[in-house]
Amino acid sequence: MSDSDYSDILRRDPRGERIARNRLHPLHSTVAMQVGEMRGPSGLLRKNPHSVGFIGPNGIKRIDRLKGNAVAMSGRRNAQSSQEVLLPLHQVREPAFTIVVVPDMVGGRLTAHDKDILGQAHQLARSMENDSTGLGAVMAVVFGSSKEDSFDKAGVDRLLLLDGSEYEGYCPEQQVTALEQVEARIKPQYWLFPDSVHGGTDLGSRLAARLGERPATQAWQVNTETTICRGASGSIDITRDTPRLLMLAQECANPIDETRHEALPVEWAPVQSVLPELHDLGQVAVDPNAIPLAEAEFILAAGNGITNWDQFHATAKALGATEGASRVAVDDGNMPRFRQVGASGTWVTARVYLAVGISGAIQHMQGIGQCDKVVTINTDAGCDMVKRADLSTIGDAEKVLDELVNLVATHRQQASHNHSAEKEGAKDAA
Amino acid sequence: MLLDANTSMDLKIVSLISVGKHPTSGRARRAEQDGRAVELGLSVAEAGRGKQNLTVLHAGDSQQSALRSYAGMGLESVRVIQLRESADAVSPLTEYLRKHAPDIILTGVRAESGESSGMVPYLLAEKLGWPVVPRIANIVSIKEGVAEVLQALPRGQRRALTVRLPFIASVDNAAAEPRQSAFGPASRALIEQQQASSDADAVRSEWSELPARKRPKRLKVVKAKTAADRFKAATAKPQGSGGKVLKDEPVTEQAQAIFDLLLEEGVLR
Ligand SMILES: Cc1cc2nc3c(=O)[nH]c(=O)nc-3n(C[C@H](O)[C@H](O)[C@H](O)COP(=O)(O)OP(=O)(O)OC[C@H]3O[C@@H](n4cnc5c(N)ncnc54)[C@H](O)[C@@H]3O)c2cc1C
Repeated sequence: MSDSDYSDILRRDPRGERIARNRLHPLHSTVAMQVGEMRGPSGLLRKNPHSVGFIGPNGIKRIDRLKGNAVAMSGRRNAQSSQEVLLPLHQVREPAFTIVVVPDMVGGRLTAHDKDILGQAHQLARSMENDSTGLGAVMAVVFGSSKEDSFDKAGVDRLLLLDGSEYEGYCPEQQVTALEQVEARIKPQYWLFPDSVHGGTDLGSRLAARLGERPATQAWQVNTETTICRGASGSIDITRDTPRLLMLAQECANPIDETRHEALPVEWAPVQSVLPELHDLGQVAVDPNAIPLAEAEFILAAGNGITNWDQFHATAKALGATEGASRVAVDDGNMPRFRQVGASGTWVTARVYLAVGISGAIQHMQGIGQCDKVVTINTDAGCDMVKRADLSTIGDAEKVLDELVNLVATHRQQASHNHSAEKEGAKDAA
Repeated sequence: MLLDANTSMDLKIVSLISVGKHPTSGRARRAEQDGRAVELGLSVAEAGRGKQNLTVLHAGDSQQSALRSYAGMGLESVRVIQLRESADAVSPLTEYLRKHAPDIILTGVRAESGESSGMVPYLLAEKLGWPVVPRIANIVSIKEGVAEVLQALPRGQRRALTVRLPFIASVDNAAAEPRQSAFGPASRALIEQQQASSDADAVRSEWSELPARKRPKRLKVVKAKTAADRFKAATAKPQGSGGKVLKDEPVTEQAQAIFDLLLEEGVLR
């Protein structure tokens, strides 16, 4: 059992309770310690020198190194630990200026890169606020449906969510038109894009060309005056004046972690839809096993708990997942060495990692540190993999995989059925 | 590559090339992505009437020997718009392209030297009013003036797009590797020079350039208020908040839960 489990147990301290009830007890003041500041009659902040520190168990006065947390810890520990810390709210009523961030939103969520950019936006806003008066707002422009639920903690003051059907799929022309409207109506102080292969660079470059701004690309140290960016494929640092439009490298600034923000939705008149010259035909099926393991998005990994290997390979094929393995599976000759995940294998970055019959030894866990969602199928509910996983099913791998393959097969069948029905419908209409 | 009869006759392709820079030695060389742009241009041209439909174009110094390594891929000539070193390349390129009106322009994603902002295809597209397709891996077919291209996405994925000719595309590292460059043909190839005047890049002359500094690693900062918290942060095993555990549910329900998660994450296609 971990120590957090111990601290969750409610323990009564009968002596403490007795002292707290007895106002005449010499230790009463230490138990019923006043938390919070005291104000004198004139409104001045007062310090009570008698209540600094506390009387230790052997009657000696002690310095309070726990900064007033001692009371809460002795009595209402349980209540405190279950209560989430509420970060202070950063409010911007009438923004004096706006900094616009266009996050990548891979899979509908803010990436670590996006959060860094939001942190950078707030850094710029703070230093501009020092120069002028009035608070500035950081506005995020998000295209397509979003699954993110912590915009407020990531530092979004204003949120413009454009999720109409015209923003489905790859539609950079439509997005640029929308951003042009943002430019016309809001006149942002800065435009920040993640310089990433997930679309940030594409969109940023398009907007820069449209607006005639000369952007900074691969920028990694930015303040309101100068920007340092990488050039010549990362071999030189270019120091230049900060332009209005920036495409920022990863880890350019620290993400927001000490404040909460409003994430107020912005009212927006619909953007006129443009006639696109690029038509998205959707993603093409690629052989998942041809994708390098380190890059794969979805990995089905096998461990010592797999007995039916034919079934495992069939499942990977049905799911369209790249295969991975633990070291034991590799050492036993069931999987090739280049499929090994972990400290002495490959460090993977999958968005979804489905671990079947893997106990979760530390050497294996190191390899999946960057995975977003971990799902596990295991017979042992107490193993480390279950502790790490976002979803665990306890049971025999063979049976669960069997059922999973059936589900996928029916899903595929339905999808293709619908597809052909659609085609029929189109034909009828024609 | 699939081309239909009318397009293959008069399909004009231009591959834009720049001077690359070797990552360790810093020597001038054939740039990786531009080499791929030439390779893709060659394969489209060869599927049509032949190599003469491809123009390989560089704006800059015609004496640069690295240009010959492109010519060594089997080109008869490389066309160079002669410019001073600090001059801006986009406006003479636009002028040239407007005059010669090709159907497809291929470039690399980012140059290996200079600012390497990757803006050239976008600026050209904006000036010519053409669509731009970033990071393509291949051109699958061209039929009736519409090209189907494969775009390289992260994590080894591909997306199919159709775009009407003419268009500009930048070629990703996922495209076919450029063929080997042969020395003999390279030195025999013709470097066709063309004079152009362009204003110097005034903005850039104010920038200062230094060899890249190593970026500081991000440290894990523990923002604990008390000694006890700091101790805990230093010693405790990083533990996930603990997800959902399905223990006594029937197998069908467990599989359904996994299936739902996979579907929600969008990894099942
Ligand atoms: C120097 C060093 C480097 C290492 N590097 C790596 C590395 O890079 N990668 C790596 O993976 N390992 C590595 N290891 C090995 C690591 O310590 C573990 O031994 C290994 O990861 C365990 O693999 P496993 O989880 O597949 O097997 P086990 O620990 O045997 O776990 C099998 C799991 O399957 C479950 N199970 C059994 N039957 C079923 C069933 N029918 N259905 C469902 N579940 C079932 C069990 O409950 C158990 O949890 C390294 C070790 C050392 C010493």
